[in-house]
Amino acid sequence: MRHLLSTRSLDRDAAVRLLDIAEDMADTQTREVRKLPTLRGKTVVNLFFEDSTRTRMSFEAAAKRLSADVINFSAKGSSVSKGESLKDTAQTLQAIGADAVVIRHSASGAPQTLADSGWIQAGVLNAGDGTHEHPTQALLDAFTMRRRRHGAASRGRDLDGFRVTIVGDVLHSRVARSNVWLLSTLGAEVTLVGPPTLMPLGTAAWPATIGYDLDAAVDAGPDALMMLRIQAERMNDAYFPNAREYSRLWGLDDRRLSRLPGRSIVMHPGPMNRGLEISARAADDPRSSVLEQVANGVSVRMAALYLLLSGAGEDPTS
Amino acid sequence: MAARTVLHEADISRALTRIAHEIIESNRGPDGLILVGIPTRGRYLAERLREQISRISGTEVPVGTLDVTLYRDDLGRQPVRSPQPTQMPGDVVDGATVVLVDDVLFSGRTIRAALDALGDHGRPRAVRLAVLVDRGHRELPIRPDFVGKNLPSAQSERINVRVTEVDGVDEVSIEDRA
Repeated sequence: MRHLLSTRSLDRDAAVRLLDIAEDMADTQTREVRKLPTLRGKTVVNLFFEDSTRTRMSFEAAAKRLSADVINFSAKGSSVSKGESLKDTAQTLQAIGADAVVIRHSASGAPQTLADSGWIQAGVLNAGDGTHEHPTQALLDAFTMRRRRHGAASRGRDLDGFRVTIVGDVLHSRVARSNVWLLSTLGAEVTLVGPPTLMPLGTAAWPATIGYDLDAAVDAGPDALMMLRIQAERMNDAYFPNAREYSRLWGLDDRRLSRLPGRSIVMHPGPMNRGLEISARAADDPRSSVLEQVANGVSVRMAALYLLLSGAGEDPTS
Repeated sequence: MAARTVLHEADISRALTRIAHEIIESNRGPDGLILVGIPTRGRYLAERLREQISRISGTEVPVGTLDVTLYRDDLGRQPVRSPQPTQMPGDVVDGATVVLVDDVLFSGRTIRAALDALGDHGRPRAVRLAVLVDRGHRELPIRPDFVGKNLPSAQSERINVRVTEVDGVDEVSIEDRA
């Protein structure tokens, strides 16, 4: 694997392979010594043009557990605020000797530009670009679902017949997009639910069912119910009258939680707005996998870094 | 590309029985032993050694599987390898005598990686090495303690170990790739 830019370009075998390697990585994290020598001498740069705590920390932990050196870059307080272009930043990284670049950018397609430009030789890992994709988040969500469904026998399995409902601000959500592509590739049935104003145009062409009624979606008994964050920083326009109305119609409150089957998983990519899209009780319920998702994120990112940084040249099997 | 069979099913069985006796003898009994197989075929050989030791001594020795992919020193020189599952018996590595089991001993680099990997699971009292075939051409100062068969070979030759669990047949063959 040369780059990891989107889940749309992953086929089933490549996705299952990555999830299987993530299982092996997760196994190593239960040992007495959790650090592996695998990527010794490699340099991973976390290039974050947009704020993030958990994704950056997760990538940093993943790279360090594999013994790679990590350089953290955030746009605030860097030359970017002095007007440096992406090209110049990239060429600086090339000169420093980066082997992989983990990039988060507010512009959709920035990682693709970096990968295709020829400015750098490093592998590029998309850590979220605009409203486009966030592939490692979708992979860790799929990993979490597979583990909850198949437990220790997860290796080699996909999510055939698994029913996932994704609720909320689909319009601005790169997590939703990455999940739609990946989960359908893995054989899951995806339903998107949210206010009509927060449904993007063109969802008819997506491999997903569209709904607008959360109560009906909960009563359908999904295997996983994924609540998306209401992204206050993107709320320039009035997509819904106010937060209380959103919460009443589209939030996972205690009433809806009580109607959700016991085997369902409640997921959230974080950070959560407790009381808005998810109630505190739902967030702390045994069905909630929020903290599992964070732990699994490290394993999945270790697998992605391993696939990008080991091996000589192009891998014939992927 | 003619492959010549050098060990048949009965030869392999006899070799493993002898190795099982030797392991017990050198350890003065089966106490404190752990057998650790290296995937793919080492894990099945380790399982068979466990059966033999159980038959001979009446003691069930713990068996583990240790994948060394993430510890290799040649990851950047060949296509990406997929790791295989590691299953170590819980909390018994410390102070135990670990017998690593592999099918073929060649350069010694796999065993070097295995020693590193083992160190991340605890601190064994001693580590021994059992292999079905030693084909020579060592690149590191590593030697086996228990050998099924010494098979002097040319670098260009390929040694194929097949076990029933994976390949449907027990045999060791030698193949000239030149």
